[in-house]
Amino acid sequence: MVPLSHYLALSAILFALGVAGFLIRRNVITIFMCIELMLNAVNLAFIAFARHLGRADGQILVFFVIVVAAAEAAVGLAIIIALYRNHESLSIDDLDSMKL
Amino acid sequence: MTMEVLLLLILLPPLAAAALNGVFGRRFSQAQVSWLGCGAAGLSMVSALAAAWTFSHLTPEPSAFVHRYFTWIEAGSLRADFALYYDRLTLVMTVTVTVVAFLIHLYARGYMEHEGGYYRFFSYLNLFLFMMLTLVTAANYPLLFVGWEGVGLCSYLLIGFYFRKRSAADAGKKAFIVTRTGDAGFTVGLALLFWTFGSLDFGDVSASLQALPAGQMEGTLTAIAILLFMGAVGKSAQIPLFVWLPDAMEGPTPVSALIHAATMVTAGVYLVARSSLLFAHAPLALEIVGGIGCLTALFAATIALTQNDLKRLLAYSTISQLGYMFVGCGVGVFAAGIFHLMTHAFFKSLLFLTAGSVMHALSGELDMQKMGGLRHKMGTTYGTFLIATLAISGIPGFSGFFSKDEILLGAFEAPLGKPWIFWLATLTAGLTAFYMFRALFLTFHGSSRLAPQAAQQVHESGRKMTAPFMVLAVFSVIAGYVNLPGAPWFVRYLEPVFGPAEGLLSSAAPAHSTEGHAGLLVMGMSLLVVAVGILLAYWFYLKTPELPRHLAERFRLAYRVLINKYYVDEIYNWLIVRPIRWGSDKILWRGLDAGAIDGMMVEGTASGAVSVGNVLRRMQSGYVRSYAAWILLGAVLWLGYVLWLS
Repeated sequence: MVPLSHYLALSAILFALGVAGFLIRRNVITIFMCIELMLNAVNLAFIAFARHLGRADGQILVFFVIVVAAAEAAVGLAIIIALYRNHESLSIDDLDSMKL
Repeated sequence: MTMEVLLLLILLPPLAAAALNGVFGRRFSQAQVSWLGCGAAGLSMVSALAAAWTFSHLTPEPSAFVHRYFTWIEAGSLRADFALYYDRLTLVMTVTVTVVAFLIHLYARGYMEHEGGYYRFFSYLNLFLFMMLTLVTAANYPLLFVGWEGVGLCSYLLIGFYFRKRSAADAGKKAFIVTRTGDAGFTVGLALLFWTFGSLDFGDVSASLQALPAGQMEGTLTAIAILLFMGAVGKSAQIPLFVWLPDAMEGPTPVSALIHAATMVTAGVYLVARSSLLFAHAPLALEIVGGIGCLTALFAATIALTQNDLKRLLAYSTISQLGYMFVGCGVGVFAAGIFHLMTHAFFKSLLFLTAGSVMHALSGELDMQKMGGLRHKMGTTYGTFLIATLAISGIPGFSGFFSKDEILLGAFEAPLGKPWIFWLATLTAGLTAFYMFRALFLTFHGSSRLAPQAAQQVHESGRKMTAPFMVLAVFSVIAGYVNLPGAPWFVRYLEPVFGPAEGLLSSAAPAHSTEGHAGLLVMGMSLLVVAVGILLAYWFYLKTPELPRHLAERFRLAYRVLINKYYVDEIYNWLIVRPIRWGSDKILWRGLDAGAIDGMMVEGTASGAVSVGNVLRRMQSGYVRSYAAWILLGAVLWLGYVLWLS
C-alpha cells in the first residue's frame, strides 16, 4: 500500500503550487487554473483519508467540492469574459479600478 | 375679605396686566393699555390699603399673618413655599410701594404718550410692580430672592427701554451685571443661612435667633449678615457697587422715579430691616452697614455738588439718601431707616417726575446750564419741585426733616451710634441742602439760559402729569407727621418688628448717656448746616453767578475730580473690565474655545480620522494580487491559531 503520508505530501505540494501560482501568475485564466489546482489538491487529501479510515465520508465531501468547483468555474469564467470585453486585457494587474 | 385673598389681590393684578399687555398689547389702543396698566396698579393699591385695614383690625393682632399658598421647593430638608408674610413692616412697604407706583403709572400715561412701545412699557412696569410686591411680602428668603432678581430683570428691561440707543442698552447691561455681583454674595449668604439654621423661612429663622443667647455663633452670623449685605450693596447702590445707578438715568423718567428712587433701590434696605434680628446678633456687620452707608452718603453728595445733568444729580442724591437709610439700620434704629425710606419714596419720586416734566418741556434737555427762569413758565412743576426740595433738604415741617432727624438722633445716641457717623451725616445733610437748592436755582430761577427755540416751546405739562405731582407733594409734606420728635408714633408702631433686634443691641451696649437735650442738639446742628447750605447755594447761584466758575478755576483739581465722579468708572474699567476682556479674548476665546475645542476636539478628530484613513487606504490598491496575498496571510494565521489552541 502507498502510505497515507505520501498522499498527503502530494496534496500539500499541489496545494502549495496552487497558492504560489495564484499569487505569482498574471494571467487571469492561469490564476483560475491555480484555484482549481488548490481545490483538487484538497480533494486528493479527502480521498486519501477516506481510503485510510475506510469510511465513505471523505468521498461524499469530494462530490460536494467538485460541484462547487464546477459552479464557481462557470461563474468565474463568465466574469472573466465580461472583464475582457471591457478591458481588452487578461492581465490581473490591469484590473485596478477598485482602488481608493 | 380675608387676608389670604387680599394678599393675592395685591400681587396678581400687575402680573396679569403685564402678561396681557405683553402678549396682546400691540393690538390694544393706547387707552386700553393705560386702563389695563394703571387699573392693575390701582387695584393693587386699593388691595394694599384694604389689607392694611384688615390686618390692623384682626383681634388679637398677630405679630405676623402668614399664609402658605402652595409648595414650591421641596428638596431634601430644604422647603420653600409660595408663602406670604404680612406684618407691620410689610404694611408700610406695600402701602408705600403701591401708592407711589400707582401715581407714577398715571404720570407715565402722559409722559410716554408720544414714545414708541407704549404697551411694552406698561407691561414691564406692571411686571416690575409684581416682582417688587413679591419681594416685600415673601415669607422666606428664596421667594424674596425671586422678587429680588425679578426687579433686577425689569430694571434691565426698562433702563434699556430705548434699546436702539447704544448708551441705554449698555446702561441696562451695566445695571444687571453690577447688581449680579452683589447677588453672588447674597446667594452664598443664603446657602450659609440654610446650612446654619436648616431653613430659609422667616418664621423658622427668627424663632431660632430669638432662642439664641447673645454672642453665640457670632462668627457665622456675622458672615451671613455681611454676605446678605453684599446683595444690598449692589441693589441699593452703595460703595463700591453704586456705579450703575447714574447710568440708569438712560431709562425713561417714570422708570427713574419708580425703580431707581422709590422702590427697587430700597429693596436692600428692606432686606437688612427684615433681617434685623440676624444683624443684631452680629454687631460687627451692623457697623459695616452703618459705615458704608455713611461714607456712601457723603461721597455721593460731594459728586452731586458739581453735576450739571439734572437726572444724574438726582441719581447721586438717591445714592446718598440710601446711605442715610443704611446709617439708620447700621446704628440700630431700623424704624428710622424705614421711615426715611417712606418719606424718600415720596419726595424723590416727585423730584424725578418734575425733572421729567422739565425734560419733556425742553424736548429732552437735561443740562441745567441750559435752563433757568423756568418758574415763570412752569408754575406747577416749580411749586412741586420746591416742596420736594424743601422735604429732601430737611426743612422743618416737611417730611424729610422728621425722618432725617430720627436717623441723626440715632447716630448720636443709639447703642451703635458713633460720633464720626453723626458728624459726617450732618455734614452730608448740609451738602444735600446745598446741591438741591443749587438744582432749584439753576433750573427755575435766575435768567433764562435756554436755547432760542427751546424757550419758545417751553410749556407746563398736561394734567395727566401734573395731577400725580400734586398728590406726591401733599405726601411729601404730611408723611413726616407720623413721627414727631416728642411723639414717635411710627417708630413705636414698628416696635413689634424691630423690638427683638433693638432690645438685643441695647442690652449688649447701652445707649450713650443722653440728657433730654440730645434731641434738641441734633435738631439744632442739622438746621444749622441746612441753613448754611441753602445760603451758600443762594450766594453761589443767584447772588453772584460767576462765583462757581471762579472757584472751579481756582480749585481746578478738586473740581475735575468731582465732576468726573472721582473717576470711579475709569478705575473700575482699568482694574476690572479690561483684565476680564483681555482674559476672555486671549485665554477663553483664542486659547480654549478656538484652540482646544474647535482646534483639537472638532478639527482634531476630523484630521485624525483622515490621517488614519490615509494609512489604511493603501490596502485598497485595486491590485488583486495583493488582496490574494492578504487572504493567504489571514488564512495561515488563523490556521496556526486553531492548531495552537488544540
